[in-house]
Order: sequence, then structure tokens, then C-alpha cells
Amino acid sequence: MSELKGWKDIPIGGLIPHGGTAFDYETGSWRSFRPVHDRDKCIDCLDCWFCCPDNAIIAEDQKFKGFDMMHCKGCGICAKVCPPKVGAITMKPESEFEE
Amino acid sequence: MARKSVSMTKLALTGNEAVAEAFRQVNPDVAAVYPITPQTELMHKFSEYVYDGKVETELIAVESEHSAMSAAVGAAAGGVRAITATSANGLALMWEVLYIASGLRLPIVMAVVNRALSGPLNIHCDHSDAMGARDSGWIQIYSENSQEAYDNALQAFRIAEHSGVLLPTMITMDGFIISHTTEVLEILDDAAAREFVGEYKPMYTLLNPEQPVTMGPLDLQDYYFEHKRQQVEGMYNAPAVIEQVAQEYAALTGRKYGFIEAYRMEDAETAVVVMGSAAGTTKDVVDTLRERGIKVGMVKLRVFRPFPHEQLAEALSHLKSVAVLDRCISFGAQGGPVYMETRSAMYGKEIPIYSYIYGLGGRDLIPSLVESAYNDLFEGTPDPKMRYLGLRE
Ligand code: SF4
Ligand code: SF4
Repeated sequence: MSELKGWKDIPIGGLIPHGGTAFDYETGSWRSFRPVHDRDKCIDCLDCWFCCPDNAIIAEDQKFKGFDMMHCKGCGICAKVCPPKVGAITMKPESEFEE
Repeated sequence: MARKSVSMTKLALTGNEAVAEAFRQVNPDVAAVYPITPQTELMHKFSEYVYDGKVETELIAVESEHSAMSAAVGAAAGGVRAITATSANGLALMWEVLYIASGLRLPIVMAVVNRALSGPLNIHCDHSDAMGARDSGWIQIYSENSQEAYDNALQAFRIAEHSGVLLPTMITMDGFIISHTTEVLEILDDAAAREFVGEYKPMYTLLNPEQPVTMGPLDLQDYYFEHKRQQVEGMYNAPAVIEQVAQEYAALTGRKYGFIEAYRMEDAETAVVVMGSAAGTTKDVVDTLRERGIKVGMVKLRVFRPFPHEQLAEALSHLKSVAVLDRCISFGAQGGPVYMETRSAMYGKEIPIYSYIYGLGGRDLIPSLVESAYNDLFEGTPDPKMRYLGLRE
């Protein structure tokens, strides 16, 4: 761990003088429910990708690719916004995935 | 009086209109507004300027004071000059966001038109609203009349935005007594006012893609304490800036402002310490008593945060006794907030200091009440407990 700095040596107001800091923060550790994707049902509308508050839906070539589990906090928004007739995302308790 | 270097116009304005006039001249980028008596008229007037195209301000009519302060925080974080105004329960509703504004070091300027907090419901003058926010990390400047409210409003931007300070600033005026009373005051011409206030150049902004920053991140046991210490430093740096700004303002207008105003204090034996419009009444009483040969003086506090403890202690140190008038009660404490600060400032000096509570909920402070406080100081030993001016037993 880097040495902690004194109050004179840090930017004021808790400001971090660069962006993208949320990327370093592992919100995935908060998860108690895990989104599970069904490739066969998915229509690649990417509503989930638009709505995920943690940028945890990975899309490629305008298609659903997968979840970024380091950042997915398990909020379930993706499962909620996935069109009801499609229902390609199900939230499952993390306990089901433990060894 | 110093020589005035710019032309000024005399206008008859209420306190609310006077501050709206200052805000018009400043032409801030964003104003987040929500009405509450007795502040309503201030932002009403300002919104007329917006809709008449007299300012370029983006006016956001929000749904509560909590949102007003939040919108001001968002705007200031975006790197622009943001203002708002409120009173009483509106300020109370802003409470948590006040700390965010100061904690993130966003130099928002807010006019607080002092009013009693409910309940029971009361809309009249009382300092309890602003006093409740005294530990929120905001600079607080109080005004005796409309002229001072206008002058303080212009100076507030320079103080808040100074790179060594970067603290939000509230300028206050007494509800109704100042906010709704028409007085004649001198207004700078627009160009001079704008030049004095200058352009705001934020140190950081969320909207600069060349220099992305993160504001308001999680700040735990490792750094929160250090960031609070930095806020203290901002308060330590503020007095020199307040003084510098006041000097420049005096050179421009001839009107001099200090942290305190000492009135007939040179050979005074006792004095009253007050804030806000009560200073006008107290000066009259001092004059009356002086005519009778009684050596009394008055000290008006203009700046409450940072508290000018050195200046105040120096002004009072030659007295036999002091009465401090508070328009606010700190329930369960030994006296009002100004009293407690004054006592702290006078620590180690063998001068008795007494606490008087007056004017709660807009109760008039008539001259005979102030006189009775002076009489107490001269004639007997005032009750060491909190005393009340104008309260029925
Ligand atoms: S559960 Fe929430 S955080 Fe995880 S992918 Fe879905 S929307 Fe994103
Ligand atoms: S919202 Fe549902 S259907 Fe649309 S891309 Fe996401 S998982 Fe596929």
C-alpha cells in the first residue's frame, strides 16, 4: 500500500485529478444476486447495456456479449429492462454459485 | 471617506431588491431558486431580470430547497458561478447539501434572509436559521441594512472564489426588517460592479474533457480527516481575503467594511455586541446615552464565520463589562451563539460578559430594551443566567 499523504499534499475537497476512477472500484463484491443470460432468448436489443448503472454489460458488434463481473453489483436492472416477452436475464442468488 | 473612483446611482430599494440588483450585476451562470417567505421577493425580482434578458443566467426553478442547493452544487461542480437564496425552513431543508457544497469546496453564494424556524409557525426575523448552519463550513457575513446587503453580496463572490479560500458564502439580512423595508442606497454602475467581481475561473470542472476529474468520491478513514483540515485552512485564509476585498471595495465606493464595526468605542466603559439590523437601533441608543454623558459603545459583528476573535477581543478588552445580544437561542447552552463565541474570544480576560436573547420570531427590539441592557451593565450585577429583552414573564 502506498504511503498516506498529509493534508497539504492532496487536492482539496476529496477531488481526484483524473477520471474513470469507478473502473478501479470493485462493485462486483457487493453482489448477492447474479444476472444469468440466456443466449437463445436474447434479441440483442441492448436495453440492458443502456440501463446498467455500472457499465457491466459488455457489448460487441452491437450484440450482447456478457457481464463484467468485477463491476456487476447485482442490482437486477438489466433483468427488469429486458423486454418481458424475451426475459433473457434471470437473477439468481450468489449462494447457488458457491462451491 | 475614501475618494470614490466610479459613479454611483442612488436608488430606493428593499433589501431583497438590493441583493437581486447585486446578483443582476454579477450575472451568475446558474441560479437555482425556490420560494420561501421572506426571501421569495429576492429571487422573484431576479427571475424578472432573467426573463427580461437583463442577465444570461440559467434559472432553474426547482421543487425544494434541498434541490436548490443540490442544483447549485451540480452547477458549481460544472465550473460555473452559481447562486441561490433562502430563509428559515428552506435553509434547514438544505442542511445536508450545505456540507456537500463546503466539503467539495464549491464557492456558491447564497443570500439568507433570516427568519425564525417553525414551530410554532413564524415567518419573521430571527437568526436561528443561519446560526444552525454555523458549523457547516460556509462563510457567513451579516448585514445591518440594504446598503450592506448589496455591498456584501458583491464582495461575497470575490471571497468565496479566491483560490486560497474556495468556500461557499452566505450573506444574510434580517427578514422583513431589511428584506422588505425600502431604503435609499448607492449602487455601483454595472460595468464597475462586474469588473470588481471579475470573471470566475474554476480550478477544476467536471465538464472539461481535457482534464477529467472525479468529484465527491468515497472518502473514508484514510483521507476524510485531512479534507476537513483543508476546510479549516480555507477558513484560516479567509480573513486576509475578506480584508483585501473590503479594501478594494472601499477604494471603489468609499464604504469601508471590517470584520467588526466599532461604534463610539474609544472611551467606552461598557458595550453591547450585536449583529444585523439591531445594530442600527443600538447605535441610536448609544447616541442617546452619550448625550447624557454615559460612556457606552457598540460592536457590530459583520463576519460570523470565520469568527473574528482577535478583532473582537481587542475591541472589547478595555471595557468594564459587555452585553451580547443574540437573536437566537441555543437551547440548553449558557447563552446565545454570539455570546458563546464572544466569551471564548475573551477567555482569560477578567471582563464580565452577559447574554441577552432578543427579537425571537420578529419581536421588535425597541430602543428602551437596548437601553435596559446598558443600564444593567452600569447599575447592578446582571443576572449571570441568560436574560431576555422584550419577553413577558
Ligand atoms: S445486475 Fe445491475 S449491475 Fe449487474 S449487469 Fe445487471 S444492471 Fe448491471
Ligand atoms: S435486454 Fe435482454 S434481449 Fe436485450 S440485449 Fe439485454 S439480454 Fe438481450
